[in-house]
Amino acid sequence: MSVAGAIFPAATTAGGFLLVLMLVLPVLAVLATLVLGGRHARTVAMLALPSGLVLAVMLGSELVQSGQALVYVLGGWAPPLGIALRADGLSAAMLVTTIVILLAVAVYGDGDFPMSAGARETRAPFMFWTLLLAVWGALNAVFLAGDLFTLYVALELLTFAGVPLVCLDGRPETLRAALRYLLFALFGSVLYMLGAVLLYGTYGTLDIALLAGLVRPVPAVVAAAALMTVGLLAKTALFPLHLWLPPAHAGAPAAASAVLSALVVKGSFFLVIRLWLDVMPGIITPLAGQLLAGLGGAAIIVGNVVALRQTRLKLLIAYSTVAQIGYLFLMFPLAAGLVAMNLPADPAVTGGLLQAISHATAKAAMFMGAGLIYATLGHDRIADLQGVGRQLPMTLLAFALGGISLVGLPPSGGFFAKWLLLTAALLTGQWWWVAMMVVGGLLTSCYVFVVVMRALVAVDGEKRPKMEIPRYREAVVLGLASVSFLLGLAALLPTDVVLIGRPVISAVGLP
Amino acid sequence: MNALTLFGLCGSALVGVGLYGLIVNPQPLRKILAFNMIGSGVFLLFGVVARRGAALGMGGDPVPQALVITGIVVAFSATALAVALLLRLHEATGSATLGATDGDGAPGV
Amino acid sequence: MIGGILVDGGLLAMVVVVAVWTILVRDSFAAVIGYACYGLLLAFAWVRLAAIDAALTEAAIGGGLTSVLLIRAVVRLRVTEVSAQAETPGRLQRILAAVLSVAVAVALGVVVLGLPEPAPSLAPRVAEHIASTGLGNAVTAVLLAFRAIDTLLEAVVLVYALIAVWALTPDRFWGGRPGPKYAVDPNGMLAYLARLLPPLGIVVGIYVFWVGADLPGGKFQAGTLLAAMWLLTIMAGVTDVPPISRRLLRGALVAGTVVFLAIGFAGVPLAGAFLAYPEGFAKPLILFIEAASMVSIAVTLGLLVVGPPERGDAP
Repeated sequence: MSVAGAIFPAATTAGGFLLVLMLVLPVLAVLATLVLGGRHARTVAMLALPSGLVLAVMLGSELVQSGQALVYVLGGWAPPLGIALRADGLSAAMLVTTIVILLAVAVYGDGDFPMSAGARETRAPFMFWTLLLAVWGALNAVFLAGDLFTLYVALELLTFAGVPLVCLDGRPETLRAALRYLLFALFGSVLYMLGAVLLYGTYGTLDIALLAGLVRPVPAVVAAAALMTVGLLAKTALFPLHLWLPPAHAGAPAAASAVLSALVVKGSFFLVIRLWLDVMPGIITPLAGQLLAGLGGAAIIVGNVVALRQTRLKLLIAYSTVAQIGYLFLMFPLAAGLVAMNLPADPAVTGGLLQAISHATAKAAMFMGAGLIYATLGHDRIADLQGVGRQLPMTLLAFALGGISLVGLPPSGGFFAKWLLLTAALLTGQWWWVAMMVVGGLLTSCYVFVVVMRALVAVDGEKRPKMEIPRYREAVVLGLASVSFLLGLAALLPTDVVLIGRPVISAVGLP
Repeated sequence: MNALTLFGLCGSALVGVGLYGLIVNPQPLRKILAFNMIGSGVFLLFGVVARRGAALGMGGDPVPQALVITGIVVAFSATALAVALLLRLHEATGSATLGATDGDGAPGV
Repeated sequence: MIGGILVDGGLLAMVVVVAVWTILVRDSFAAVIGYACYGLLLAFAWVRLAAIDAALTEAAIGGGLTSVLLIRAVVRLRVTEVSAQAETPGRLQRILAAVLSVAVAVALGVVVLGLPEPAPSLAPRVAEHIASTGLGNAVTAVLLAFRAIDTLLEAVVLVYALIAVWALTPDRFWGGRPGPKYAVDPNGMLAYLARLLPPLGIVVGIYVFWVGADLPGGKFQAGTLLAAMWLLTIMAGVTDVPPISRRLLRGALVAGTVVFLAIGFAGVPLAGAFLAYPEGFAKPLILFIEAASMVSIAVTLGLLVVGPPERGDAP
């Protein structure tokens, strides 16, 4: 008795071609860097990323103007036979966020991976620029594809682009962490595909919009939902499948860690949203939502507690990612609860997405800041951070602003996201999630406070930095952190951009 | 019981056998083998779904068959990457095991 | 009817037995050989499922190329074999794992057997539209026309995987040649095979690609054959792998995807949509895409097997 009224248009909409361009541009960029050779990789990236930003903004404005999802039917073959690309408000928001963060990482990474004209192609810089574009291409495919198997291929793209980022500097510990990451990711892929085969066997299509209208709570579909969700959770590193993340994200070079924590894990999370809210809203029982958020709550507690015990900054930030990923999953029972009460699920969905975006920007800034701290001090031991505040004032401010967003203080994006989620929790009477968010915020504020205070301690005598940090790198880090800090002002936006083109969930089936 | 149920059971059995191998074998190379086995079991299930969809002179629904072909190629590339990573790890450290999962070593720059 | 079920039953029983043996055997080399046999048996299973294209792909890539990859790995990891075999999990863990695996397999089997009848299928829609593609092989039509984006992205997956493999190169060997320098024994069996088989293999490969438009076959199977022939000549020392910095090699890697994208974009003015084919020209365009992709696939698969550079680019 449940139906998700999918309001995706069935044919190509005006502006749909932008979807094709967004999908293809990064692919062309990667192919170009491969052929033109290492020295030109940076040029290609510095040309492609801003062009992509222009496209993404055009896409967003087209979305806002038309008020409905953008669709492009590939090859003229409509689903179920063919495949369509689709962009709703969620896609557009993630597309823009991805490019902004990648641009910041590109400018920052220029310092760590220099490429001078006329020099021979070397491995690490060439790989850095190529993988940056590769991650971009994979994420665009994840945000735009409208078919579950195309999304599987996109997930593999994301894995193959993310794994080499972990071991970019070639150290042995990172090789081990990369292998572990790859094995977890493959585990996730195979479960995802198993779910897809059950769905196809039941309905004869893997198109998201078509499936939304067809799915019923039969055993095959429930099994498919469970399998695909577990697979995606392994890729998103939700507790208890998070063990691969801290060594992988902490071991990578700072720019790579930023991309991994901010963006790569968000790709599989985006698919969980697609699966739970778009394909199977009527199938997911409230209990399943509570279970998922329960794992999220465990992630918040475990991630934050272990982060508090860390002695090294990058590991602290990595465990903080484990915790913040837990917050993302609180949106599911809240959305289900709102729908069950015949209220629009907007606060939960917007809250979840805003949490993802503000975490992405804040975490990227924090990792990049940690990289600058390591370059200045020669280490990243938290106990010995004294004096950094004077040497890298902008970086420390960025760290503090990012931390404020993670804790959830106004006017940051984290605050607005948690406020939305709290509203949803109180409306649906799920007060235990309120408690969870408060506890999580307190724990997060502990380690943010410790790091910032330690770094602000003045040290006698001018410490010589190990490496001179150009101001523009600090500026980029501060800029990104400011985005996260000011994202709460999005509350003042006239329209709820995120919800454009979203299918209206009319009722939730309760078997 | 027709032949298709046999194939369906076989595919499920292969997924189970591969899963056992994944859990029980600590060596990464054996885990990679197990992944390939689970994957081939899933593909076989796709094949069952394809055969069930036979119609109009075609021996099977061509869409799942196409998905299987794509999947086999993707699985091979994943195996190639995993093997390359494992060999590089062995070359760099002399061991080919995953070891403990605590915060490994010193974080990078 | 009964004979068919007996054949299928026997074949699948063999598949499961070999699979179980592969998982349980202690020695890794034996396991890899077991996997090779398993892959080839599976190819027969695919034939019995009337999915010949999948059978060809499984035999070529799943059973064939993957086994080559794994054999190279297990030989290199030989030295760790003793310590690896010492690490066996405890009794309890094995029993729990067995229980879990059996439960998963049974649950999956029940769900699969419970899939709805009559089975939903896209075969009628494919039959309806295949005429406009000019192809006779429905699977090729799905791969190159109806679900072309999947195939395009899959070509990109292959490139990404190779980039990831190359990212593992030690810094000092960047731009060099993958794999060891194989010793040349001009009178040996391997050199003899490397001179005898490749011409045959190339002809068969091109035939498989050409005929794939109307009969089982296509660029993946053909590309794998060509890759295998190339690998044979490398391993026999007859040719050497080019250094990865060579522009021509990189061009060959991307050629297929570039052609695919170019023809896809040409579809916008000519046929109204990205990846659409103009009326009457679908088959030649598809064959052109397949030809370019076949070369790229062959080069990419070969390079994925040989791995990251292990020496400088001196010949």
